[in-house]
Amino acid sequence: MKELSLNILDVAKNSVKAGADRVLIRIEEKDGWRTLSIIDNGCGMSPEFLANVTDPFTTTRTTRPVGMGLPLLKLAAEQTGGDLQIESSVVPPTGTTVRARFRMDHLDCVPVGDYAGSVVTLIQGSPEIDFRFEYLRPEGDIVLDTAEIRAVLGPEIPLDTPDVLMWIEGNLKPEQ
Amino acid sequence: MKTLAELQAIRDRMKDSVTMRSGSGSIRAVVGMATCGIAAGARPVLAALVEEVSALGLGEKVTVTQTGCIGLCRYEPIVEVYEADKEKVTYVKMTAEKARRVAKEHLQGGKVVTEYTIGAVEK
Repeated sequence: MKELSLNILDVAKNSVKAGADRVLIRIEEKDGWRTLSIIDNGCGMSPEFLANVTDPFTTTRTTRPVGMGLPLLKLAAEQTGGDLQIESSVVPPTGTTVRARFRMDHLDCVPVGDYAGSVVTLIQGSPEIDFRFEYLRPEGDIVLDTAEIRAVLGPEIPLDTPDVLMWIEGNLKPEQ
Repeated sequence: MKTLAELQAIRDRMKDSVTMRSGSGSIRAVVGMATCGIAAGARPVLAALVEEVSALGLGEKVTVTQTGCIGLCRYEPIVEVYEADKEKVTYVKMTAEKARRVAKEHLQGGKVVTEYTIGAVEK
């Protein structure tokens, strides 16, 4: 993965697959660390699955027995001196939290990249789910919550309407 | 940065056309968006398809959706086109530019872009 945004797109799809109806994606840049959190209210993972979830040979996919999403995120974090933590529970069903920390001054720290493209892609793929995106950084926070957009649009207009997606993408880009 | 007023304007504009919309879409263009597809560059391919389908006014006829791993990871990014009573067309090693051409020639024009299909690439 050449940019963190691609990991975000990939790993947040796990939340969609876990049946979450609300997914929070947060990138926080503070004190030389970039912390990515993906927090969902999905079905969670059993302790057995959780124990092996960063093993590339653990996956829910059925096309072949390899799942590279979380292993790639773990690698991206660890190659900067950071780490990956996952909390998840089925009983009680508290959903899943994935947290990856990156040292921003490390040579191998991948750029954040096109986060707007990733958020728009997630919404296009699952317009019925509510995504909240927070990019908290010293030069100004960027926050978008589809629940707020949905409240303006009303029930008739889905979030994957092309004009709405374009508005969302424009809204995520900081002022030039 | 977009304003809330612009979003409200979209809502007011869309309200009338919304019954026509919600794709009865006879054509489905499906983009593989698992780890393999994403790493190979599926995100800009999907974005280009969505954009071009909208720009060409094909919204009623064509639905663009995402799927997981198609099982042909070395050929990603992959776009599959499904149309009733026709054989599925599998486009492989796609780029945003190729996706725009597929939108124009195939989704709009009905003519398969043979050189991008898996059959042509496998040779």
